[in-house]
Amino acid sequence: MARDARTQEDLTVAASEQANDPIHQFIVTPLMSDHIGPASFTNASLFMVIVSLAVTFLMVIGTSSKAVVPGRLQVAAEMAYEFVASTVRGSMGNEGMRFFPFVFSLFMFVVFSNLIGLIPYTFTVTSQIVVTFAFAALVIGAVIIYGVMRHGSHFLHLFVPSGVPALLMPFIVLIEIISFVSRPVSLSVRLFANMLAGHITLKVFGAFVVMMLGGGAFAALLSPLPLIAIVLLTAFELLVAVLQAYVFAILTCVYLNDAIHPGH
Amino acid sequence: MATEHSAGTQAHGGAAHSDVFPPFDTNHFSSQLVWLALTFGALYLLMSRIALPRIAAILDDRQATISGDLEHSVAMQKKAQEAGVACEELLANARARAQALAEETHLRLAEEAVETRKSLEHDLKESLEAAEVRIHAAKERAMHNIEEIAAEAATAIVQQLTGKTPDAASIEAAIAVGHKV
Repeated sequence: MARDARTQEDLTVAASEQANDPIHQFIVTPLMSDHIGPASFTNASLFMVIVSLAVTFLMVIGTSSKAVVPGRLQVAAEMAYEFVASTVRGSMGNEGMRFFPFVFSLFMFVVFSNLIGLIPYTFTVTSQIVVTFAFAALVIGAVIIYGVMRHGSHFLHLFVPSGVPALLMPFIVLIEIISFVSRPVSLSVRLFANMLAGHITLKVFGAFVVMMLGGGAFAALLSPLPLIAIVLLTAFELLVAVLQAYVFAILTCVYLNDAIHPGH
Repeated sequence: MATEHSAGTQAHGGAAHSDVFPPFDTNHFSSQLVWLALTFGALYLLMSRIALPRIAAILDDRQATISGDLEHSVAMQKKAQEAGVACEELLANARARAQALAEETHLRLAEEAVETRKSLEHDLKESLEAAEVRIHAAKERAMHNIEEIAAEAATAIVQQLTGKTPDAASIEAAIAVGHKV
């Protein structure tokens, strides 16, 4: 009981603070206990569960009738399927379809995280660098493991492009290795930074509205301007949310394609 | 002004947490990784085992239904066209037969009419001739009777006038004279 009262008090204090604090939305807090353990259930965990449930709802419940003439939900599920399937087939060929469930799950998880995160008071799973880096590491790990399993040492041809003069070869190999190593970093940071920056921008503009309303008559009169900016930015962030998920998925395809066809 | 304000709140806003930027706070990394592995793993299993095979089956099913229906409709159309051609042929045959039948009937009826007319004319001619013969006979008989009556009448008249019965020969001669006049 006492703990409940205190968290209540904390919440009211936090509520007034978080109105103006653009960073507050990224704080991970445990929901079941006081301190954060190695596997505690946090708001981030909650939204991972929500995202997975939302994707499952669309893809499993939505297709449960298996209708030849589909309903709305089934059409949405089929469109998602065909969109990702054509992306995978387009960048990796039919051979790449073995990675289709992986790319599909990745795309759906990321796009739902991004979109659900745009709803006020929610938590954006993909705004955590550890999550995006885990995905990127998973992709690069899959590339390396599948590439070595499939091609053995021939996989190293990935770093040795054909038709390069011997004199330039060491540089080219060096550049290829650097580019390969920087892939997981760029892949994860791109998504993370986009989500982070978008949400901070929205929050800062929101704070402008609050501050201008409390900052005298003239400022209060101008306060609708940042509000309009928020509306426009929200539309833009919707675009970014879907686009970044698509970029993540298509780069995953491109990298996995290297594992299937390493010889360029 | 905004940066100054947010900087001010950030100092005591993160009281319960360490002062690092939240996404870089390593305290919650392991919990996030554990839950990400759990949720994404479950999602991957659900997608790869249930959702994606099911949608693939739905799409295959739809493709099969559509192509099956199209094939069926093409077959039906071909059948309908064949039936149309057969019907046309049947109709043409029937029309030709009907025409032939009509012509034949027409000819037959005309022939029959001619024959009937001929036989009728023949019959009529025969009965005309028979009637003429009868008329002739009747006329002769009548003429004969008239002479007899005339003779009787003359005999009676002469008897009345003279009181004597004239002989038949003179009466007849008198009548023959009268006949000539």
